[in-house]
Amino acid sequence: MPALRMRDVRFRHDGSSSWALDGVSVNVEEGEFVAVLGPNGAGKSTFCLLCNGLAPHAVGGVVEGSIEVFGLDVSKRSVPEMSASVGMVFQEPESQLFCMSVEEEVAFGPENLGVPRAEIADRVEWALEQVGLKGFNERPPATLSGGQKQRAAIAAAISMRPRMLVLDEPAYALDPVGRVELYSLLRGLVEKHGVTVIVAEREAEDVAPVCDRMVLLRKGRIARDGPPRELLREPDLLVGAGVSPPQLSELAARLRKRVRGADLSFFTLEEAEREISEKVLSRPGGR
Amino acid sequence: MVSVRNLRYVYEGGIEALKNINLDIASGEYMALVGGNGSGKTTLAKHFNGLLRPTGGKVFIMGRPAAEMSVAELSRIVGYAFQNPDHQLFCSTVEEEIAFGPRNLGFAEVQTKERVGYAAETLELEDVLEKPPASMDLGTRRRVSIASVIAMDPKVLILDEPTTGLDADETKALMGIVSGLNREGRTVVLITHEMKLVSEHANRVVVMLDGRIVLDSDARGAFSDLELLKRCSLLPPPVTCLAHRLSHLGVSREVLSTDELVFELTRPGGDRR
Repeated sequence: MPALRMRDVRFRHDGSSSWALDGVSVNVEEGEFVAVLGPNGAGKSTFCLLCNGLAPHAVGGVVEGSIEVFGLDVSKRSVPEMSASVGMVFQEPESQLFCMSVEEEVAFGPENLGVPRAEIADRVEWALEQVGLKGFNERPPATLSGGQKQRAAIAAAISMRPRMLVLDEPAYALDPVGRVELYSLLRGLVEKHGVTVIVAEREAEDVAPVCDRMVLLRKGRIARDGPPRELLREPDLLVGAGVSPPQLSELAARLRKRVRGADLSFFTLEEAEREISEKVLSRPGGR
Repeated sequence: MVSVRNLRYVYEGGIEALKNINLDIASGEYMALVGGNGSGKTTLAKHFNGLLRPTGGKVFIMGRPAAEMSVAELSRIVGYAFQNPDHQLFCSTVEEEIAFGPRNLGFAEVQTKERVGYAAETLELEDVLEKPPASMDLGTRRRVSIASVIAMDPKVLILDEPTTGLDADETKALMGIVSGLNREGRTVVLITHEMKLVSEHANRVVVMLDGRIVLDSDARGAFSDLELLKRCSLLPPPVTCLAHRLSHLGVSREVLSTDELVFELTRPGGDRR
């Protein structure tokens, strides 16, 4: 059974005359790390909100088509029911943190799910350790840096042990190093705990190296869906859809055009260094 | 244009955010002020238009001590666009928002209209003058906040993380507008941690760490010390990192863009090594 199954999904927000999502069909398997990429207005946030019923139940609107999460029809479940299996993390950490201490914040979800006391304490420690905030229990969220707040929000989501984690532009408030750490954390959750992760992003640079699949959203529809290596062989695809491709992919595409016969498909710095030394710089004579 | 001597700033609660800053910004420069979170870059920039006043040391704007000038006077010379445009927007239409500064400073209505027209045209807001900023997307709201700053015709424009939340096309459009403002002669101070943006636009880079300036050079110089940038929680553009890795094969380390690296890698290799 797929973690997420959307069939011909359309969504129109209350008060809007246009469809934020206009015919989206996608399957996400359990344990997959999927990046939903698109410019502002493509429908990424709407996609995220549909995954646990926040759209249409909290954010009013009209849904068409079917959405199933772990086999459950989302339209027939309440948000609290869905939140047991789907954790959500939004762009602005401030809007999600409201307790007096990090510990309360992270305990809030499991408490609401009726998890026994002793187990809550264990989950809080586990979640804080996963996100690198061990020892931050007593800190008031307001005193944390942007990156720490975002990690606290993730801890608060994973303490509920969701099978799926949906994050809407989670790196928004983070500096470049913070972004790399965040994505590394998420990859760790997928690999060590089998969590299904869906992330919405405007840029591919940080998420491409860690995701299994990239879904390009454009004006409410899926323009392309495939593994990052495959999509990034044609960075113009992303550019055309309003998403900036990773710089190295652009470089590979440009070099493929300039250096005849060189099959360059590098993705990471290590691969780039190797392929360029072997296939570009070692060529005799002119280039 | 802007001079800072032995500037020290301590926040209430005792945090020493600026530790002894000396800096001169010349007219017409396009300077990037970079550093990780907590490095002091925003704290420093807020001294340029009086939003913060020094705990120690001095700030001079166009040769005059900033201490002798009110925030209102300073804002006519140094405009500051906040990272979060919603912190500066409060009017019911875009037109009112842009006109607020000039009207508040006592400009005649004719002059105000002229300033609004210029700012709206430069920031491509002519079609939405009657709309409420609150109803607009982030990119547009950011342009409104920048327009409201430009309306006062400042000689220096400080932009605090102006591309946060913007997608590729919006970023390109906004940075194009900013380049235009710099070409007009305005001094631009770009506060950012996006090194790719810095490599594409700034001609001078000032790097801060822990309340101090640790590097002040042209863009190429700034990108040559990868270790320093890493210590400052900054990531050089991937092509720069790659150039460094390939430098033992004769590739120049001073690469700032994909264009430059493609050129480096495909030029005839006779002079390599």
